[in-house]
Amino acid sequence: MTDQNILVMNGNEFTFEPGETILDVARRHSVDIPTLCHLKGATPTGACRICVVEVEGARTLLAACATPAGKNMVIRTESPQVVEARRTILKLMLASGNHNCAARGSDEQDWTAFQLAVEAGDGSNKLCPTWGDCRLQDLAYRYQVDGEGHPGTASPYPLEDVNPMIVRDFSRCILCGRCVQACNEIQVNKAISFGFRGAETKIIAAGDKPLKDSDCVFCGECVQVCPVAALVEKNPRYDVRPWETEQVRTTCTYCGVGCQIHLHVRDNKVVKVTGVEDMAPNYGSLCVKGRFGFDFIHAPDRLTKPLVRKNGQLEETSWEEALDFVADKLGQIKKDHGPNSIGLLTSARVSNEENYVAQKFARAVIKTNNVDHCARL
Amino acid sequence: MTNTVACAEKADVILITGSNTTENHPVISAGVKRAVESGRTKLIVVDPRYIKIAGFADIFMRQNLGSDVAWLNGMMHVIIKEDLYDKDFVAERTEGFEELKASVEKYTPAHVEEISGIPADLLVEAARMYAGAKVASILYCMGITQHTSGTDNVKSLANLAMLCGNLGMPGGGVNPLRGQNNVQGACDMGGLPNVYTAYQAVNSEEVARKMEGAWGVEGVSLELGMKATEMIPAAHDGRLKALYVLGENPLVSDADLNHAEKSLANLELMVVQDLFMTETAEMADVVLPGRCFAEKDGTFSNTERRVQRVRQAVEAPGEAWDDWKIIGEIATRMGYPMSYGNAEEIFEEIRQVTPSYAGITYERIAVEGLHWPCLNEEHPGTPILHSTQFTRGKGMFHAIDWQPPAETADAEYPLYLTTGRVLYQYHTGTMTMRSEGLMDRAPESFVEISPKDAATYGIEDGTRVNIASRRGTINALVKVSHKAVDGTVFIPFHYAHAAANKLTNAALDPVSGIPEFKVCAVKLSAES
Ligand code: SF4
Ligand code: SF4
Repeated sequence: MTDQNILVMNGNEFTFEPGETILDVARRHSVDIPTLCHLKGATPTGACRICVVEVEGARTLLAACATPAGKNMVIRTESPQVVEARRTILKLMLASGNHNCAARGSDEQDWTAFQLAVEAGDGSNKLCPTWGDCRLQDLAYRYQVDGEGHPGTASPYPLEDVNPMIVRDFSRCILCGRCVQACNEIQVNKAISFGFRGAETKIIAAGDKPLKDSDCVFCGECVQVCPVAALVEKNPRYDVRPWETEQVRTTCTYCGVGCQIHLHVRDNKVVKVTGVEDMAPNYGSLCVKGRFGFDFIHAPDRLTKPLVRKNGQLEETSWEEALDFVADKLGQIKKDHGPNSIGLLTSARVSNEENYVAQKFARAVIKTNNVDHCARL
Repeated sequence: MTNTVACAEKADVILITGSNTTENHPVISAGVKRAVESGRTKLIVVDPRYIKIAGFADIFMRQNLGSDVAWLNGMMHVIIKEDLYDKDFVAERTEGFEELKASVEKYTPAHVEEISGIPADLLVEAARMYAGAKVASILYCMGITQHTSGTDNVKSLANLAMLCGNLGMPGGGVNPLRGQNNVQGACDMGGLPNVYTAYQAVNSEEVARKMEGAWGVEGVSLELGMKATEMIPAAHDGRLKALYVLGENPLVSDADLNHAEKSLANLELMVVQDLFMTETAEMADVVLPGRCFAEKDGTFSNTERRVQRVRQAVEAPGEAWDDWKIIGEIATRMGYPMSYGNAEEIFEEIRQVTPSYAGITYERIAVEGLHWPCLNEEHPGTPILHSTQFTRGKGMFHAIDWQPPAETADAEYPLYLTTGRVLYQYHTGTMTMRSEGLMDRAPESFVEISPKDAATYGIEDGTRVNIASRRGTINALVKVSHKAVDGTVFIPFHYAHAAANKLTNAALDPVSGIPEFKVCAVKLSAES
């Protein structure tokens, strides 16, 4: 072997940059080491240990996310020992808490009792709300494990659903700590942290208060990064299943940052919003308005028909009539008082295309430069 | 912005002023907070309120309302006096330095302290910190622009950045944070009384001929048009007869609302195109249902000049139409056929007449947006402006003297009022106030007052008070908070039921035409 920064992974030689972790090198070379707690942009903690790999000469398996790549390392990412370790971790996670999906398994024929217990805690008789969109479930299938053979442990903490946006379900939390990192290291809101110890460990907000009474600003970063069903948006919870929705990529309509978002659509309705990961300018992050402020789209009081004032009242009318009326009236005013007696306020809310057409209308058709928008206000 | 959103994380020092960043631009604030927490970046916050981002600052300076030019001149005074400025940059890339130097001469830290209330030694420390950075970024927002001296404030920030050579590099710049999703785009598209798209002057013969050619018309006007804030008084005195309003709600967002309402009532015709029956739509003669962002295709240009796609996700309700289609139909009826098939066709036309957008196509921005100027289809876009030279060649220093705000507190109206936004609401609330979650967090207006002022007036948290200015009176809930400084109260302007803009002063910045929302004099009295 040479002096270069080279290591061997699953029999292949790969170069690496100083400072890269084993996980970084693997990802760069498309070697799939599974992760759970690892969160891009945050300090690796190695907490969940799903990413363990075998490194020749090391006494134990090492967490790939937290181990720096070293010269001449010989690494195996899916050796029998590694796979066994991952299976054990997954089994423990599946056995702890209310993971009521097929991945949990039921060799004791206790499914009914289990499901009833879940229902008692959470008020729903359905399968887990993130069924089909769960990292734990994915890994359980990948490593062919279920929760069988381990005595189930129930969470000592009741569900929190006292705010209209986020439900915290401690019974499904696997204590990976991604939410804590997202809140503290990505959004830097410092609202949540690990609290209590041992079997009592819990993610807490402000000395164990509900989110609404803490420093939480409901950005929902924690919800987006939670790999299981411990943190879920309240309205779509149970109601919307991922396979029922289509995602449309667009730009948020609130402030000037222009966050990239996915609108999750079911039956012509936006049911949820998430941030587009790995993409400027927001790299998955959003604020409370972007993530939870979309109810207005389907508000019952949206205007749906043109209205024209008749005898002092605004009355519904046809497009034909409304457009004719406006065109006649504008034409008349232009003729009587000149083009500069007409003004047009375009909008910082509407698209470039619409702004362009609006100012073109004022300039080419009315022939006035009385065009402005309220952005200064 | 001269720079990008991501740039803040590359700065050694960030100066934030007049921006309540965590509430108004939370995602940008996250980047600032990350940079500070990492220990790489120092933060200076200058704001009358002890806002959340101030808690992350190395230096927090609380200036008196309307004293921005003074403290900025003071910083430059110190930087020049102590020889901390970027001599190469000043020599090679700027002009007017001697005038600047002369004009800041009298702004000694002691003098600035008298005007701004900022302790002299703190100002010196901040000046050294800013000037000491290899690269420093300035972020600002409406707290700088919404003053009668707003234009001067902005120029002063540019002076400071140029003095220290902080333009044209990653992590630097003078960066206005745009409050609304497409302010940048509305300006770029010529939604302004003095320019066509890409800031091409309306009073230039050459530009006018070019636009006439592109549009196939004759006789476009060479006269500057009225600003929004001039249209209202023009309606009042009968010069403006018709107003066409697209998705705006001036009856909550304008200064001195009582006056605005009377003025609009005077119009012969008001047409409003919107999603909801807003306060302004209620007064209109014709109300036309438009589509919201989720129901249309198009583009928005964000605060970093990045042109990004908007895509239709759902069908519009009832008979709501695209705004461009509505206007096109009216134009056609007025004898100028305007029939576009879709948004992309319009964008293709925009590219033809807008040099800075010429290289942008829907295809190129399908995955990631491009920053204008983007001059042709091979051009990579321009994330950072002014990297080799300014638009006008050399950067011009502006010698600026501090002017007091238009209205100052007196015996009758002894308190100052400043206005702004809260995290959970947006502008006049037509969208946010229809969200259950947001309304749960911020259901109603309030007046934020310092503990000391609350004690003086004998009012308690959670009680109601009347707040009056020379222009109107509103009633709001009291929120006693350490965010407020003694002598100044804060009211968010979102809420129509306690519209802060019934109180604000419509005095305008002479250049930008922006009203002085950030300063007026008020008095408080317990609800009777
Ligand atoms: S709530 Fe979710 S993200 Fe947070 S520790 Fe639990 S499982 Fe992990
Ligand atoms: S919503 Fe945002 S602020 Fe609240 S706990 Fe989650 S990450 Fe933290």
